[in-house]
Amino acid sequence: MSGGSNVLEISDLWKSFGDNTVLSGVDLTLAQHEVVVLIGASGSGKSTLLRTINLIELIDDGRIVLSGDDISDPRVDADKVRSRIGVVFQQFNLFPHMKVIDNVTLAARQVHGQDGAAARARGVELLTRFGLGDKVDAYPDRLSGGQQQRVAIVRAILTDPELLLLDEITSALDPMLVGEVLDLVRGLKDAGSTILMATHEMAFARDVADRVVFMHGGRIIESGPPAQIFDAPERPETQEFLARVTHR
Amino acid sequence: MSNGASQSASAADPSAGPVAAHHEVSALEIERRQYRQRASRRSVLIAVGSTVAFTVIASLIIVNTPGWEAVKESFFNWEIGRDSFAGILKGLWLNIRALFFAAIGVAIFGTLLAVLRSLRGPVFFPLRAVATIYVDLFRGMPVLIVLYLVGFGIPALDIFPRMDAAVWGTIAIGLCYSAYVAEVLRAGMEAVHPSQRIAARSLGLSHGKTLRLVVIPQGVRKVIPALMNDFVSMQKDVGLISVLGAVDAIRAAQIDVASTYNFTPYVVAALLFVAISVPLTRLTDYVAGRMNMREQIGGTV
Repeated sequence: MSGGSNVLEISDLWKSFGDNTVLSGVDLTLAQHEVVVLIGASGSGKSTLLRTINLIELIDDGRIVLSGDDISDPRVDADKVRSRIGVVFQQFNLFPHMKVIDNVTLAARQVHGQDGAAARARGVELLTRFGLGDKVDAYPDRLSGGQQQRVAIVRAILTDPELLLLDEITSALDPMLVGEVLDLVRGLKDAGSTILMATHEMAFARDVADRVVFMHGGRIIESGPPAQIFDAPERPETQEFLARVTHR
Repeated sequence: MSNGASQSASAADPSAGPVAAHHEVSALEIERRQYRQRASRRSVLIAVGSTVAFTVIASLIIVNTPGWEAVKESFFNWEIGRDSFAGILKGLWLNIRALFFAAIGVAIFGTLLAVLRSLRGPVFFPLRAVATIYVDLFRGMPVLIVLYLVGFGIPALDIFPRMDAAVWGTIAIGLCYSAYVAEVLRAGMEAVHPSQRIAARSLGLSHGKTLRLVVIPQGVRKVIPALMNDFVSMQKDVGLISVLGAVDAIRAAQIDVASTYNFTPYVVAALLFVAISVPLTRLTDYVAGRMNMREQIGGTV
């Protein structure tokens, strides 16, 4: 494996559920501070790819290397690996029985062994920065979808993960609320986060991605800078997909 | 009632915003509120009327049965009831203490069993099997038999210091109810959506911490009504410790019955058990009702 500055190096990754092959030989590399956007139809393998990186799904073959460590090795401590990666889900998955502040500081306190007061201070700081300063002690069910998703993002980034995985984080949101969440992601990019995200927001992908990766049938069909993928896609699958989603 | 009207009015408020504060209630709405008030007053009257009628008819029927005088003398004798009251109340205090310690034991042991039964992976097979067999065994056995086996069998082993019969009785009740409560808790834990586990594990939380901090707190909330139902049920079953010779409310009543040849002390004991269970059942209803309301927020049906 080459390049010490690569946060993620995936090579020849295979995954199937029964007879259904979901990932067939995926290769993908993310350099530090790089934002890579996965696009593709539902069932193309985007979510599964993200879940294998987070070790929620066991892979059938291939290698996943996180900052130089082979995390597909069964001898690694999966909990430790997951604590280095931030994940945001489509359905937020906040813990409904905990206040917002307890949600966002849970990992800091319970996994990273941080002092409760320090974690709280950091949590309040981040929540305030993202316009949630008045929701610190609220329960998640009192928040709008956009607010919940912003809390979920704060929860994922509070411990400064090496890599951020965002799995269609705006798909469950009202169109009115998508903007506030995407603005936050743009802020994370500007702050230097390394992000791998799956999305259906093509305009956002074009605007924020360093690289766009088009997946189809469990393979990476085409990848490149947004201008190239969106304006001059080479492969017919990419052209057809983009024609469908942008109604061209 | 007017309460209902103001509730539905306030439910419409949040979306309307501050403008609604100056909103004049329309004549149409006033008429509707008056109608609702009249309707609810009428249903209260009907309920009161039918209750009174039923009570009167039932009492008349019972009082006019041929054996009523004899039953009244042997079950509802005021003097005997009054004389036995203090002793039975003292016995009830033992039941309450037994309930207290049994409940603590059940909370700990029941949770442990539930966690053992929900362990995954082949390594844990023996633990899972032991917990499963335990639950099967203690749910299947009549409480009375467990009481005899624990209360007379274990002391006969001669390895424990001599303990009061009530202690063994409390342990036996706790062993039985732990099996029931473990199953209720396990159902609650399984009702927590898998995405909650995934979210917790994704933060790097271990399996144990995920259970303790995320799954169990939510699982318990989901089964609070069922747990309280088990608690009420245990509250009356602690009366069974009397079979081991512990002088609880039932045994105290039995002693009085034997000396007076009158069954009134049993009725006194029964009423005392009801008196402590009624607040508990009402609390159960209240908690369950509040949880339902929270889940159906905004609806009237």
